Amino acid sequence: MKKKDTNVAAMCGPQIGEGGKTGDWRSLRPVISHERCIPFQKKKSACFLCWLYCPEGVVKAGLPIEINLEYCKGCGICAEECPPKAILMVREDKS
Amino acid sequence: MSRVQIMTGNQAAAIGAVLSGVQVVAAYPITPQSQLAEIMSQNVESGKLHAEYVRVESEHSAMTVCISASTVGARVFTATSANGLLYMHEQLHWAAGSRLPIVMCCVNRGVGAPWTIFNDQQDSLAQRDTGWIQIYCRNNQEILDSVIQAYRIAETVYVPVMVCYDGFVLSHTMMPVEVPEADKVRAFLPPYVPHTVLSPENPKNLNPVLFPWKREDTEGVLCDGYMEMRCKLQTALDRSREVIAETSRSFADVFGRDHGGVLWEYRTDDAEIMLVGMGSLASEATMAADLLRSEGIRAGVVGIRAFRPFPKEDIRRALQKAKGILIFEKSISYGFEGGLCSEIKAVMYATGKRAPIYNFIAGLGGRDVKSGELAEAAKSSLAELEAGKPERPTEWVNCG
Ligand code: SF4
Ligand code: SF4
Repeated sequence: MKKKDTNVAAMCGPQIGEGGKTGDWRSLRPVISHERCIPFQKKKSACFLCWLYCPEGVVKAGLPIEINLEYCKGCGICAEECPPKAILMVREDKS
Repeated sequence: MSRVQIMTGNQAAAIGAVLSGVQVVAAYPITPQSQLAEIMSQNVESGKLHAEYVRVESEHSAMTVCISASTVGARVFTATSANGLLYMHEQLHWAAGSRLPIVMCCVNRGVGAPWTIFNDQQDSLAQRDTGWIQIYCRNNQEILDSVIQAYRIAETVYVPVMVCYDGFVLSHTMMPVEVPEADKVRAFLPPYVPHTVLSPENPKNLNPVLFPWKREDTEGVLCDGYMEMRCKLQTALDRSREVIAETSRSFADVFGRDHGGVLWEYRTDDAEIMLVGMGSLASEATMAADLLRSEGIRAGVVGIRAFRPFPKEDIRRALQKAKGILIFEKSISYGFEGGLCSEIKAVMYATGKRAPIYNFIAGLGGRDVKSGELAEAAKSSLAELEAGKPERPTEWVNCG
């Protein structure tokens, strides 16, 4: 038996996934070409504009960078901000 | 020393709020605001009330500030009227949906256009489905006492309460009012315990997007969807009927005054003709009932004190023996009839057998209502009733 929701009003805590898996309403998916990505090329922490601008906080600023597609909503802001255009937005049904 | 003072309805409401120890007051002087907001600011300025007074730029913001302050655990108060209340409409839904025990006085006035500053009840009746409890007062003593009761009711069921009283008829009319002792009010009204406190130690995302379905959170709790949350609000309103009645009874035990719970009755024991109304109009109807009785007509009055939650069982019980039911109201649901009339018809439908119901619209935009006119309306309905004629369509008293 699942625990019942005893909250008087609607609320959730600040944990990853509290709002449910929000990635499934995405129609465009960000696809990274690591060979064009600045930190990947230079082998050092640099740029990370995608990490900075992502409104969902789902970009991990590592080498290479990673996007958590379970929660990425496909807004395309990362692709828009990426200086070398290393991120391409691809239609989910064309993958 | 006597604790009775002569005061207006606005002054009575302000004393009720001060005695309730409100911590945040937010208001905007929209036309037509009442003197109540002004008195509250004087109370804060003079140090009589230790509260934060927030001057906002609109009624919409006034309710928003109340919502925010209540969310962090403050007891809050605001007041409005007519178009100001309409401007708050969206936030009224938000306050109720967030289950915040805000108390607001609505000084009932007609709604523009065309402009009016005078009394009717169209403003609060138009807020029927916002999820607020609505209490209608019939004199200044009841206003003061109802504000105190409203906090106890609101904080028990976590539903906001609108204390409604007629503009000018009560708001600007002086009456003797007994002021309760502060320590007794403190004992009657325990401190506000919020259902959830928004604080840095316990961060929450309040009122997130809810879906048509339930969803599991990261702790394995199956969280309610939008529909379950609506159902919880409805359950709370349903429960509030008994809470209003209980609050009224315990108030009477402490202070010796019982204004009735969800409704009150006047000379109904042997009454055949029932006059029904809300607020000062129902009070006027008691004088009409006296007039009718002096002419040998057994009339009584049922005053609806809580319009939401609607006192369905109590109304059925109070009206079941009536031969004729007359509903007087100061508002109209355009294109149909008076809203109170429709609701009483709906409640009586379930009894199987019901008496003819006559609907009268009276006193819109401050048009004077005299007890004699109400008695005349009752007599003409009674004559038709006895002649076996069908119910008449809604009538406008003293109009045209
Ligand atoms: S598409 Fe939008 S949500 Fe997804 S990673 Fe890029 S910026 Fe973040
Ligand atoms: S913005 Fe583009 S180049 Fe910069 S880190 Fe992100 S993907 Fe790489």
